[in-house]
Amino acid sequence: MTTVAAPIATTARPRASLRERMQNFVPKLVLAPSFLLVLAFVYGFNLWTFFLSFTNSKGFASTTLVGLANYQKLWNWTFETDPPSSWYTALVNMGLFGGLYVIFCLFLGLTLAILLDQKIRGEGILRPIYLYPLALSFIVTGTAWKLFLDPGIGLEKAVHDWGWTSFKFDWVVNPRMMIYCVAIAGIWQTSGFVMAMFLAGLRGVDSEIIKAAQIDGASAYATYRRIIIPIMRPVFLSAIIILTHMAIKSYDLVLSVTGKNPGGAAELPSTFMYSYTFTRNQMAVGSTSAVIMLATIAAIMVPYLYSELREKGR
Amino acid sequence: MKLRTKLLAGAIGATVVGAMAVAYAADIKEVQMLHWWTSGGEAAALNVLKQDLAKEGYAWKDVPVAGGGGEGAMTALKAMVAAGNPPTASQILGYFAVDYAEAGKLGDITSLAQKEDWAKVIPTALQKFTTTNGKWDAVPVNIHSVNWVWINKAVMDKIGGTEPKTFDEFIALLDKAKAAGVIPLALGGQPWQEATMFDSVVMSTGGPDFYKKAFVDLDESALKSDTMKKAFDNLAKLRAYTDPNYAGRDWNLATAMVIKGDALVQVMGDWAKGEFKAANKEAGKDFLCYRFPGTDGSVIYNTDMFAMFNVPADRKAAQLALADATMSISFQSAFNVVKGSVPARMDVPDTAFDMCGKKGIADVKAANADGKFVGSMAQNYAQPPSVAGAYHDVVTKFFHGEIKSSDAAVAELDKALMAAK
Repeated sequence: MTTVAAPIATTARPRASLRERMQNFVPKLVLAPSFLLVLAFVYGFNLWTFFLSFTNSKGFASTTLVGLANYQKLWNWTFETDPPSSWYTALVNMGLFGGLYVIFCLFLGLTLAILLDQKIRGEGILRPIYLYPLALSFIVTGTAWKLFLDPGIGLEKAVHDWGWTSFKFDWVVNPRMMIYCVAIAGIWQTSGFVMAMFLAGLRGVDSEIIKAAQIDGASAYATYRRIIIPIMRPVFLSAIIILTHMAIKSYDLVLSVTGKNPGGAAELPSTFMYSYTFTRNQMAVGSTSAVIMLATIAAIMVPYLYSELREKGR
Repeated sequence: MKLRTKLLAGAIGATVVGAMAVAYAADIKEVQMLHWWTSGGEAAALNVLKQDLAKEGYAWKDVPVAGGGGEGAMTALKAMVAAGNPPTASQILGYFAVDYAEAGKLGDITSLAQKEDWAKVIPTALQKFTTTNGKWDAVPVNIHSVNWVWINKAVMDKIGGTEPKTFDEFIALLDKAKAAGVIPLALGGQPWQEATMFDSVVMSTGGPDFYKKAFVDLDESALKSDTMKKAFDNLAKLRAYTDPNYAGRDWNLATAMVIKGDALVQVMGDWAKGEFKAANKEAGKDFLCYRFPGTDGSVIYNTDMFAMFNVPADRKAAQLALADATMSISFQSAFNVVKGSVPARMDVPDTAFDMCGKKGIADVKAANADGKFVGSMAQNYAQPPSVAGAYHDVVTKFFHGEIKSSDAAVAELDKALMAAK
């Protein structure tokens, strides 16, 4: 909004000072409601959740303070590994799912983008094909992958029918391997989107630089490795931020792929938070887990953003 | 351009909000009802009630939320109540009703209840959820029970099986099916389904008194007892009779396996009968319903209720009309014939019901008289959601091998339930 307003303000004639002031003022006025809404409904409720995590809220919000009791509970659960507590499982799964999801989406997205950037024929058709999975909702993706991977009706059965009867792929019904299926479905859905981001970045690279590299005799690999990818650093920043938050807030995907958490093995912090807050009537524990999630994201993202943005500012 | 769009959106938003406010204030001859009976058979069953109320001049306004288990609906309801704008009534399950009652959010329909003498016709144990300190604040629509097994009759005839009366006979029957090459036990490996089955296993292993002591009273000596350990061992035995792909399967898909004859039996509450009905199968001819072996005479129940919220005086008459219509004998019969459950009133004639319904009605009466009518732990009718959730965790972790032995399971059960209490 402000970037739109700025050039208009500079072109305005000096005598229209009232108009000029209005033009400065209107964007602020227009932004004010959304700013206030965000302030109340995002940051306000963040604080409210933070407050609830110190109370003994059960089915409904309560204001009776219990100090750090809820944090202590979660802290103890963090180290309960035999049998694994739901919170421990949630954390381990978050690391596995989040790590695989971010790394593979970046890798596949970048590879696809580089391949598509080779001025190939039919790019106009290929690009949307890779991008379309993102148009599906996660619950559809999850259900489709659950059916596709189901050993009784999906991939394994098809391969058996083709004659390879020793083939075995039962991850989706094996509680210990389920989380990898969630990652597969998530990567399938999102890597096309990451590809589009990288493709836009690649198109933004100045062709003069690439030509210069070619004249200097750099191989294609070296050009990408030493010149293009480093130039695209801001795209990596955006992609990592988007992927990380998608991984952390992922909820419907895990429920639909795993079928409501058999064996308690498909827990993620988001499913943990929802079930404790809304279905198990332990709102205080749910709020505590939400606060820990937020703090964890902040602990990862703030230093990263700080270092990236400071370097850009220099 | 952007500015104009925003202003326009704002204006539209304001109009919508205004219109909604007007709609709320206007009609008092209206029942606002939050429920999740949106699928074919359920919606048809509820339509009976809508028509009964229309005859009395009350309009029906749905606050529907899709989704079978009602998790989304419970969240929506919580928001409505917290905002001070409760519906006239809401479909509600188990301890959630108690929560709202304890928070002082429910109304009072005691006068109607006394006039109609509901205390006599509704099973005693169930009244725990419909009354608070002697004050009526909810009406039960039906009684489901979870200790049923559903058997494909054609498969049963093929393997020459007979009704199993004990757990050991049940295992023998499952072995027969296995030998004949059918999947013996159709199971959906989701925590609530495994826990629901375990309710029956505990009842079968320890009997009604043990069940009550362990789950209703949360007696630690019962939770840690050898009987409970034996119940876990029995549950582990059943695991051997599932197909390898059971994890995460939805319950209705498991029922479909029995309907199609791929599997012999499913252990499930009587809502499974709705699936048989929908597939045009007839009780006694195409499928058989028995009590879970070793639990005959006992009923592990859950029930759908309408919680009556504390509404302003001008909406009170509509609420009482709703409560009255819900408890009418004709509605209780018509609704439950369609839904597959049994009436919450014990004085409803069983003529319209099929074989399973008739048995269900007789069982509820007998179990209520003998004190063998107990709430389902898995379905939130024995303990509040926090404890029931911990129960789900332990049972599913044991069933899927995360908890390795029945000794560990018993210790974990005791620990988890006590921590969640």
